[in-house]
Amino acid sequence: MSSILYDAPGPRTRRRTTIYSILGALFVLGLLYLAYRQLDSRDQWDPERWQVFTDPPLGQSANDVWTSLLIDGLGATLRAAGIGAVFALAIGVLLAVLRMSGTRWVRWPVTTVIEFFRGLPVVLLMFFGVIAIGLPIFWGVVFGLVIYNSAIFAEILRAGIVSLPKGQSEASYAIGLSRWQTLFTVLLPQAVRRMLPSLVSQLVVLLKDTSLGFIIGYAELLRRIQLNTQFFGQKYWFQFFVVGAAIYITVNFTLSRVAVYLERRGTKKAAGGVAKADDAAIGGTTATGVSM
Amino acid sequence: MDTVIDELPLYWDGFTTTLALTLLSAVIALVVGTILGAFRVSPVPTLRWFGTVYVEIVRNTPLTLVFIFFVFVAPQLGWTPSGFFAPAVVALSVYTAAFVCEAVRSGINSVGLGQAEASRAIGLTFPQTLQLIVLPQAFRTVIPPLINIFIALTKNSSVAGGFFVAELFGVGKQLANAHPTDVIAVLLGVAACYLVITIPAGIFAGYVERKVAFAR
Repeated sequence: MSSILYDAPGPRTRRRTTIYSILGALFVLGLLYLAYRQLDSRDQWDPERWQVFTDPPLGQSANDVWTSLLIDGLGATLRAAGIGAVFALAIGVLLAVLRMSGTRWVRWPVTTVIEFFRGLPVVLLMFFGVIAIGLPIFWGVVFGLVIYNSAIFAEILRAGIVSLPKGQSEASYAIGLSRWQTLFTVLLPQAVRRMLPSLVSQLVVLLKDTSLGFIIGYAELLRRIQLNTQFFGQKYWFQFFVVGAAIYITVNFTLSRVAVYLERRGTKKAAGGVAKADDAAIGGTTATGVSM
Repeated sequence: MDTVIDELPLYWDGFTTTLALTLLSAVIALVVGTILGAFRVSPVPTLRWFGTVYVEIVRNTPLTLVFIFFVFVAPQLGWTPSGFFAPAVVALSVYTAAFVCEAVRSGINSVGLGQAEASRAIGLTFPQTLQLIVLPQAFRTVIPPLINIFIALTKNSSVAGGFFVAELFGVGKQLANAHPTDVIAVLLGVAACYLVITIPAGIFAGYVERKVAFAR
């Protein structure tokens, strides 16, 4: 394997690499062992504690536990994320279009609004929705997600439109399309396609951000986990944490894979003619900032 | 509006706590993230693998869950810090380090392959290649995304407010409960404090990006 930092190794380097590799493995295994020991000293591996998922105490059935986690918890998380994503995308397109308007009395206020919402924490927006506007808790969560993410989507789409070759809009003006027709039939479809990886990774961020509902009291996955530990006892925190983390990682990982797949497909196509989107997804950074 | 002026000292406390959280976590995340980034580009497979697994797990985990681990789960595992500031710093650092790692890695990978090949061809050693050729170029690519990561960190520090740290968001919650009639003004005050940090930083990131941009 050749990389920017080193050539294809010779026999001596390969031997040295093997030695370092073994040392590295020992280091990682050592860390894992320490973690294992620490958990063991707290009886976290005790099978009885994990039975909370198969044969829970206090007269509950395994079915009750999993229903509260997957149906109520993950269900609420996905519902907020799904509705939030639809509204955020729709408003994002609208903001992107207005942001590129020819009239500065439209462009400037919209730019200000986008900058304003992009700079605020999502949880503050959710809290504002619930306390100041008086929305029900679910819509407060959706409100926060939509306000923040529509600003981000708008910036991603704008970056996509800006990155298109000038010839695209020139040609469509030349054949007599109006400004709006150019935008909606020529520029936006290409921008969406080009920015698909960034859009999908922002969707992962949106999904992750539903967990902020935990803080303002929305009964999503993490809140269900907390409720379960309150019911069964604090000593089950680790077990519920592991399961909750596994659920989140599975869902998000699947979505992230989709983003990587789309990115690969995008680059393959782009290699044919048009330059590829300006490093759209290098290290999770988009032209508009960082997806985190 | 009067509420905001009356409570300015509390706002100031929240603001400084947010700054302290952000700066401390930024420094720790920078160090840890750079080490992980070095792992990810190293020739040693196990270290590369370790870095990749860390990044993939953390990037797909919500920050709130990381907070839950350090605030609620860690005491069950034998880590009982005094107060909630330390777990907040640890959670933010652990989370942000993964993003720093990605920025560092893509920065190094963005340096043209020919650069390192040429420097080896003229007989520079590995440390020389790294120090004179690769890192100076990688550094320029890494700075703008790093600034953006720290802007995101500032916003993310608000999660600590939900976990018993009296930073800006925590203060906002407290004041909103104490002055139910003035909620909008109170929260706009909090928003303004965040924007004072994030908007100038964003403009600065854009400036640096243009400044260090160079043709490859």
